[in-house]
Amino acid sequence: MTPDNSASLDIDTDSTPARLRLSGRLDAEHCADLWPRARAAMTQGAVVDTSAVDYCDGTGAALLFDLIQRGGTVEGLPERFAPLLAELEPDHPLIIPRRPPPPGVIATLGRVVAEVTLEARAAIVFIGEASAAFASVMRRPRELRLGETLRVATSAGADALPIVALIAFLLGVILSFQSAVPMRQFGAELFVANLVGLSLVRELAPLMTAVLLAGRTGAAFAAEIGTMKVNQEIDALVTMGLDPMRFLVLPRLIAVACTMPLLTLFAELIGMFGAALVLIGFGIPMATSASQIIDFVDMSDYLTGLFKSFVFGLGIAGIGCMRGLQTGSGARAVGAAATSADVRAIVMLVVADGLFAVAFYYLDW
Amino acid sequence: MDATVPSPIVATPTAEPLVRVENLTCAYGRNVVLRDVSFDVPRGEVLTILGGSGCGKSTLLKHMIGLEQPAQGRIWLAGEELTAAEGAARRRILASFGVAYQAGALFGSMTVLENVMLPLAAHSHLDLPARELVARLKLREVGLEQYADYAPAELSGGMQKRAAIARALALDPAILFLDEPSAGLDPITSAELDALILRLSRALSLTFIVVTHELASIFAIADRALMLDKQEKGIIAVGKPQDLRDHHPDPRVTRFFRRGEETQV
Repeated sequence: MTPDNSASLDIDTDSTPARLRLSGRLDAEHCADLWPRARAAMTQGAVVDTSAVDYCDGTGAALLFDLIQRGGTVEGLPERFAPLLAELEPDHPLIIPRRPPPPGVIATLGRVVAEVTLEARAAIVFIGEASAAFASVMRRPRELRLGETLRVATSAGADALPIVALIAFLLGVILSFQSAVPMRQFGAELFVANLVGLSLVRELAPLMTAVLLAGRTGAAFAAEIGTMKVNQEIDALVTMGLDPMRFLVLPRLIAVACTMPLLTLFAELIGMFGAALVLIGFGIPMATSASQIIDFVDMSDYLTGLFKSFVFGLGIAGIGCMRGLQTGSGARAVGAAATSADVRAIVMLVVADGLFAVAFYYLDW
Repeated sequence: MDATVPSPIVATPTAEPLVRVENLTCAYGRNVVLRDVSFDVPRGEVLTILGGSGCGKSTLLKHMIGLEQPAQGRIWLAGEELTAAEGAARRRILASFGVAYQAGALFGSMTVLENVMLPLAAHSHLDLPARELVARLKLREVGLEQYADYAPAELSGGMQKRAAIARALALDPAILFLDEPSAGLDPITSAELDALILRLSRALSLTFIVVTHELASIFAIADRALMLDKQEKGIIAVGKPQDLRDHHPDPRVTRFFRRGEETQV
């Protein structure tokens, strides 16, 4: 006899047919050890003696099912456990649907091409619909949801000031410090202000602000609109005759396109302030740094940076809204939409920045 | 005790209750939802908890499965006090019951089979083939054997609820809590789910505690019904559904049940 709270398996392979004797408690806790041994010892026609089983639950019954399916015959199962085993229909093998084979290289390539094509088509359709909605609002400005636009502008713009300030300040500090040390060897630390000022205005402030906005606002748009899609709020808008493009997307596009240049300008000023603070440590007064920047960075540089930030803002908001509207069903889809919006926005920023660099070079801006 | 609050109705205690709720008071901050609720559930019984919207059905369920801490009172599940248990003892109690939530609560990133295997991986030392076999058999018991490799989103509402029951059954619990199993289902699917509950109750001697206000389900599955009321903040009736409908003196109880008859007509 086994103790009350244990189970045991005795295997007699000398007899014909082989005999497996299970005893004690057949539950998840006690089956764990003996199940692999029973499985390994099982032969066609083996007898599984269960007359000494004190307790059997669903897991124990699953063990007996497994042994029956491997050709065993269960004998002596106490009557009170028989219905449990019968419930599992041990005479019927499990139906395990055959999984389709993984697609081949050509099929995978075809699917990727199809996905990219559909994605490009969806982007073109989205841009077209957004432009049409914008044109409609231009004709009838009252159609724009001004309250919602201001709410989004506050959330995407004013609420982002602290994080933008922190990153821009650190960017200015790091950039000036890293360049001041080597330039000091040539006695050229005065020109660090020119370097930092121009880099911030033309490149770094628009790009860093856009990266922050992509993570903070673009993903939030995708999650917000995606949740609305999952909750059928988008369907409700459509059936009420309200265009989601005008109702949801346009306020976000306008709000971000307007706030993004302002945020960039703010980031430029804070970054320059950080750089000027570092240069004080190198014996250059703040007024001198300011004067260097004012003289060296002209209006076209500012306008170039602000134009880029305007385009970046439109792109980030557009991608966030588009991914939100494309959300599938379930909580996982919302997360996937937010992640996708973030990643695509950053890819878009890098590509667009590269294109701007080439274009401005040829335009001599 | 507050003089304006009537004495609570106490469900008849049984000799060896599998579930015991004793003087339970549930509150969210100062908002008392249930006051001084006591009842027992014997092994193998199907008890339905019913009542109008906002009467505290779901609150009671959340307290019974340990998601909320009671303001007062104690809850025993399978002889162990849930409300006082901590650490390993609490984990042991949590493994002794299964819960099927209203919307299924299946993990969308896993297949149906992986959902059912999850509690086995967390609470047992069975090897992978054994866990998979147990999970497939649980799915067979609820009629979803062929859908093991599907994603939850690919299943209908009724199938998702059956898959949730299979997951709740994975560790062979003695008690199964079901939250609104019929909600959002058509009458035929709902009747199929009722039949499944009855079959599992009889074949596995499971104790079911079902929160519902679907009268058809209550009459189909319940050995006893326990009715809560928002004004009383407690139990106003306990008994066989037919007795509550036909013989209960409280008009709130009979009205609840007879409205069901009218809608059935």
